[in-house]
Amino acid sequence: MAPIAIDGVRKVYPGPVEAIPNLSLEIADGELCVLVGPSGCGKSTLLRMVAGLEEITGGEIRIGGRRVNDLEPAERDIAMVFQNYALYPHMTVYDNMAYGLRNRGVPKAEIRALVDEAAGILGLSALLARKPRQLSGGQRQRVAMGRAIVRKPQVFLFDEPLSNLDAKLRSQMRVEIKRLQRRLATTSLYVTHDQVEAMTLGDRLLIMNHGIAEQVGTPMDVYHRPATRFVAGFIGSPMMNFLPGRVAGDGRGVHLPGGWLLATAKARGHAGRPVTVGIRPEHLQPAATGTDSDTITLRTELIEVLGADTLVHGRLDGHDDTVIARLPGSLQVAAGDNLPLAAEPGTVHLFDETERAIGHV
Amino acid sequence: MRTKTVTFRHLWLPYLLLAPQLLITAVFFLWPASQAIYYSVLQEDPFGLTTQFVGLENFRRLLADPLYLESFLTTVVFSVLVAGLSMGIALVLAIMADRVIRTALLYRTLLIWPYAVAPAVAGVLWFFLFNPTVGVAAYALDALGHDWNHYVDGTDAMALIVIAAAWRQVSYNFLFFLAGLQAMPRSLTEAAAIDGAGPLKRFLTIQLPLLSPTVFFLMVVNIVYAFFETFGIVHATTAGGPGNDTVILVYKVWRDAFEGLNLGSSAAQSVILIVIVVALTAIQFRTLERRVEY
Ligand SMILES: Nc1ncnc2c1ncn2[C@@H]1O[C@H](COP(=O)(O)OP(=O)(O)OP(=O)(O)O)[C@@H](O)[C@H]1O
Ligand SMILES: [Mg+2]
Repeated sequence: MAPIAIDGVRKVYPGPVEAIPNLSLEIADGELCVLVGPSGCGKSTLLRMVAGLEEITGGEIRIGGRRVNDLEPAERDIAMVFQNYALYPHMTVYDNMAYGLRNRGVPKAEIRALVDEAAGILGLSALLARKPRQLSGGQRQRVAMGRAIVRKPQVFLFDEPLSNLDAKLRSQMRVEIKRLQRRLATTSLYVTHDQVEAMTLGDRLLIMNHGIAEQVGTPMDVYHRPATRFVAGFIGSPMMNFLPGRVAGDGRGVHLPGGWLLATAKARGHAGRPVTVGIRPEHLQPAATGTDSDTITLRTELIEVLGADTLVHGRLDGHDDTVIARLPGSLQVAAGDNLPLAAEPGTVHLFDETERAIGHV
Repeated sequence: MRTKTVTFRHLWLPYLLLAPQLLITAVFFLWPASQAIYYSVLQEDPFGLTTQFVGLENFRRLLADPLYLESFLTTVVFSVLVAGLSMGIALVLAIMADRVIRTALLYRTLLIWPYAVAPAVAGVLWFFLFNPTVGVAAYALDALGHDWNHYVDGTDAMALIVIAAAWRQVSYNFLFFLAGLQAMPRSLTEAAAIDGAGPLKRFLTIQLPLLSPTVFFLMVVNIVYAFFETFGIVHATTAGGPGNDTVILVYKVWRDAFEGLNLGSSAAQSVILIVIVVALTAIQFRTLERRVEY
């Protein structure tokens, strides 16, 4: 039973570089929480503070209710999978997995049993006598996982464990990790900058930017109710379309480029002020005509046929940035067409000048 | 290290580029070596008037000469001590430098200095430091209760040349050890720390085994150094004394030739040394190819 509590944690590297100003996060027992964000946002830093590989400048980290700030990595009862796997090159697969057990004085027979069990789970039984250099990338990855699970720790920490694999192996290992974590029900913290990995693996996501937690929530939360414009743009592919808008003087709608008026009362508090309107490409739908005020007309420029879907790139009158719509593959469109589109109800996001979400229409 | 294959457009260019090195090798190695082999099979009469061919007689005599065998033993003891001391100190320094990576540059700069000092100058430096009458180090040892006098005490004399020779080699070893340690991904020791290994255990079970190619390479380099490049140090500090206690092989070659004027024996000794250096270099080249993959 080991929940993780990260309580007002701060990290300043010598320099000084403030990598994490102040971050709090609670991870429930058995939960898999994914840290996701762009490169350099402080994901590894946070993970390494939990692991004990990086000193904690301020705040407190507790694992299973026990304050670990001043504990050595070995005393925290955690296991970590590194991006480069960090397998001991001079040891066999067996010894790589047994190393941590030996250091803890586990009897030989028990080590044998534990390593065999872990190897069985991961399909490594035939490779135990090999050295890491005699393994493929995917097999090395599995050994790194084996080294983590063999000790049955309270917490798993993963730092981009799949980023050195090719796309096919990555999606395969992703499923395996998820299955393994479910089976062992070990509290896990998983770092990635790949949003697909984040969405598919995480029970909950922490989306970070410049060391700050932008949003914590389930994959559905962050997709359907992004708390900030950053989260809205980061999650989802192709990226959400952002349009500049202005709240009407009476607060009963938002004026958008191309003469579109979005009727909503959600932005009443921002009457007369600029807002950003976000719509995901997959939430734009073909509309009947282009004359209603709640439809926009897209001058299409580029069509990408994906099979099931078609991505339509185009522009609106009075707005320079490209707008993308993800439409059913059955739709017939050609570049140059004027395409009337409407947004599905409940899928339009409003962000104020500080880029925080005002509401979802 | 990955080797790159370069193709030259003209066949003469590679030879031209190699020429200076080949010339130096010819003038300073091949020619003297052939001379040594030539003289090693000759014997001069005591007045240096006639020479005669004696075959392997010079070698036979050498191997039967207790003084030569003693010098061999002295050299082995000396080189093992020099290699051990200089590598030990260098390794400790490299581990410390690897920890505080920011100061590594300062460390490196300071530590490379001894290597730039000529052996004879290093010898003179240590000679003054350990001079029984005026030397600072000798004075300090006296204060600690050790009556230092390398003119009388053979062990003191050996210690002096070992220190003087090892000191110069520390910087070289340090650079190799530091490079070896820095080439290891940090995550390896981090993984070991998470796996419950303390600093000493991490060093012994992870870092040292991965450094073993470097250790082996440096051992050969240091032994070659102690065997062949320490003439200046011995000459400037103990001059082989007291008695024959610090007469290492290279020193004996020089002394038998220029003080003993026994050219044939000296040449035979040189030939034996050449055989040793060629053998050690061959071993060294082979170890260069052994590398750890991470
Ligand atoms: N040892 C260090 N010294 C100084 N600054 C550091 C150090 N390690 C990381 N940083 C800085 O802290 C910030 C966060 O780094 P971190 O490695 O946690 O990013 P990350 O989110 O893991 O990025 P990536 O996805 O590229 O791995 C970066 O700005 C980085 O430059
Ligand atoms: Mg990182």
